[in-house]
Amino acid sequence: MQRATIDLWVGIFVVAGFAAILFLALKVGNMGGFDSTATYVVKASFDNIGGLKVRAPVKSAGVVVGRVSDISFDGAAYEASVSLSLDARYKFPKDTSAAIMTSGLLGEQYIALEAGGDEKMLAQGDGITLTQGAVVLENLIGQFLYSKSESDAKAADGSQ
Amino acid sequence: MSDNLIEIRDLSFAYQERLVLKGINLSARRGQVIAIMGNSGCGKTTLLRLIGGALRPTRGLLRVDGVDMGSLDQTGLYRLRRRMGMLFQFGALFTDISVFENVAFPLREHTALPEEMIRDLVLMKLNAVGLRGAQDLMPSELSGGMARRVALARSIALDPALILYDEPFAGLDPISLGVTGNLIRRLTDTLGMTSVVVTHDVQESLKIVDYVYFVSEGVIVAEGTPAQIKASDLPYVHQFVHGEEDGPVPFHYPAPGYADDLALQPC
Amino acid sequence: MLSGLANGLRGIGRRVVDGVWRMGVATRFFLLTLFHSGQSFRRFQLIIREIFTAGVLSLIIILVSGLFVGMVLGLQGYETLQTYGSEEALGILVALSLVRELGPVVAALLFASRAGSAITAEIGLMKATEQIAAMEMMAVDPIARVVAPRFWGAVISMPFLAALFSAMGILGGYLVGVILIGVDEGSFWSQMQAAVDFKEDILNGVIKSVVFGIAVTVIALFEGYDAPPTAEGVSRATTRTVVTSSLAILGLDFILTAFMFRGV
Repeated sequence: MQRATIDLWVGIFVVAGFAAILFLALKVGNMGGFDSTATYVVKASFDNIGGLKVRAPVKSAGVVVGRVSDISFDGAAYEASVSLSLDARYKFPKDTSAAIMTSGLLGEQYIALEAGGDEKMLAQGDGITLTQGAVVLENLIGQFLYSKSESDAKAADGSQ
Repeated sequence: MSDNLIEIRDLSFAYQERLVLKGINLSARRGQVIAIMGNSGCGKTTLLRLIGGALRPTRGLLRVDGVDMGSLDQTGLYRLRRRMGMLFQFGALFTDISVFENVAFPLREHTALPEEMIRDLVLMKLNAVGLRGAQDLMPSELSGGMARRVALARSIALDPALILYDEPFAGLDPISLGVTGNLIRRLTDTLGMTSVVVTHDVQESLKIVDYVYFVSEGVIVAEGTPAQIKASDLPYVHQFVHGEEDGPVPFHYPAPGYADDLALQPC
Repeated sequence: MLSGLANGLRGIGRRVVDGVWRMGVATRFFLLTLFHSGQSFRRFQLIIREIFTAGVLSLIIILVSGLFVGMVLGLQGYETLQTYGSEEALGILVALSLVRELGPVVAALLFASRAGSAITAEIGLMKATEQIAAMEMMAVDPIARVVAPRFWGAVISMPFLAALFSAMGILGGYLVGVILIGVDEGSFWSQMQAAVDFKEDILNGVIKSVVFGIAVTVIALFEGYDAPPTAEGVSRATTRTVVTSSLAILGLDFILTAFMFRGV
């Protein structure tokens, strides 16, 4: 085979390989998202985080504004301490509340931020005080069954 | 500098425990073609590999071009080998590149010559072996004799002082045989090289060589000019030159008595 | 009975000693190859030639297999996810399984059987036909001239092949999932992008493929260089290359996965 042909093919191969990596990075992965932009970290404590994982999205009004960067257990308060790394472009008031939600019935869990009305804005290292932990399905079912049996009992009382 | 390009004194070589060569004495003058003959497995290829530096002597002296091969390191060996060519039994051409590139290979590896000069040199070498017209063929398209001639052109590409031939006549038809033999003689004379031919083809080599060594069982049993060899009445040489079936080299591999082996004892 | 046991133990012992010895020789061979790589980088044309034989010639099988693997993932993933009512997660499933595992692993397995076996056979035949010995007699070091360019050509090709495999696979999953079955295109891509991390998933996948490329190539080169110079020896060495490198890929994959994705 001619040297020029080999060079051409190897050139095509290398360009295609780089294109594939670029495709994976930009179209498949989240590079070009806010991973590369500046972020600030705020802390929030939850009584129960359910199935929340590191790198889960943080959304406000349904828009992804950040990611969970770290999850640890606070031994003093017996609570989960979650670090949220938020896009520096978005500012939230100090009295913003955080809740752990589930996308769909069994989908992945994320943190929803509900903006408050404070004049001051959250800054690096601040904490979010108003939090609502994950809804644990077992508790929910337990409550439901409990209330149902109670109402059943009432209904039985009434019919007597 | 001595007149002898190859100087071997009391050389022994052993593969692990097995002694293959025992006390060889041999020398080759510049411009000579010498032949090392012997039956298969006598150690003559081992001797050639020792001269080429692929093996190290166990004991004794081996000088090539004034350099002691026993004490040479890799760099020194490679430097010496640039002045050495070797023709392998089946040519050992690089099968993935053309005839032209095969001959150009040593030039490209060891020199920084411009492309036009490499082209001229390659065509000269190919012309010397009569295969200038075959430059664009691939090695797989060549006959056995042609492949060996290309390999010969490749081994003389750097104008070596010494060429080693490992069985250059094996498996050739009579015409190619004559062509190869004459080429060895002519190239040695015109390029002022020294040639060492390892072969068991007596008739062809006696026509072209200056001196013959007979090796058997790891020792040199006879030596002389072709005329002396032809006239020799040593039983081994006689058997070898005339291709007799039985003699000092027996037809039968050592075995127990034939009758015993066939269990023909009277019951 | 007792002597049978002793013989059995002796057999195991011999195999272990042989295996360790071979690994030592292979390691020495690998280091020698690295040590002699300078020349092949100075003459980059040699490496380009080997990228052609190892990479470009493996392109067809990699692209076609990638497409089909992705299409099967799309089909099977949809069937499974549908039962949980989360078809939109199809993008995540296809992309993560390709980028993290199937891309590097399957591409390396294909590479071992396509390019690895070819390398072993080529070097084994060069040895059998005395081409290696001829090169040494011409004062050319075969490790530097034959082995090192093949090593680098293959190692450079491998991550590109794995990335192309993953990309084709994701396209295959997209074709089946979105075009054929009708999963929502927006959520297919957006969920994928939300779940696939560049450093965590894609870069680790590339690292995996580089490691696999080194393993396959060293095994292929060593088996070829070590093969007995006979037709049978070369064919056995070729088989051993495919078997050993496949096992090495899967074993290394476990180790790398354990290190990379632990706890995530």
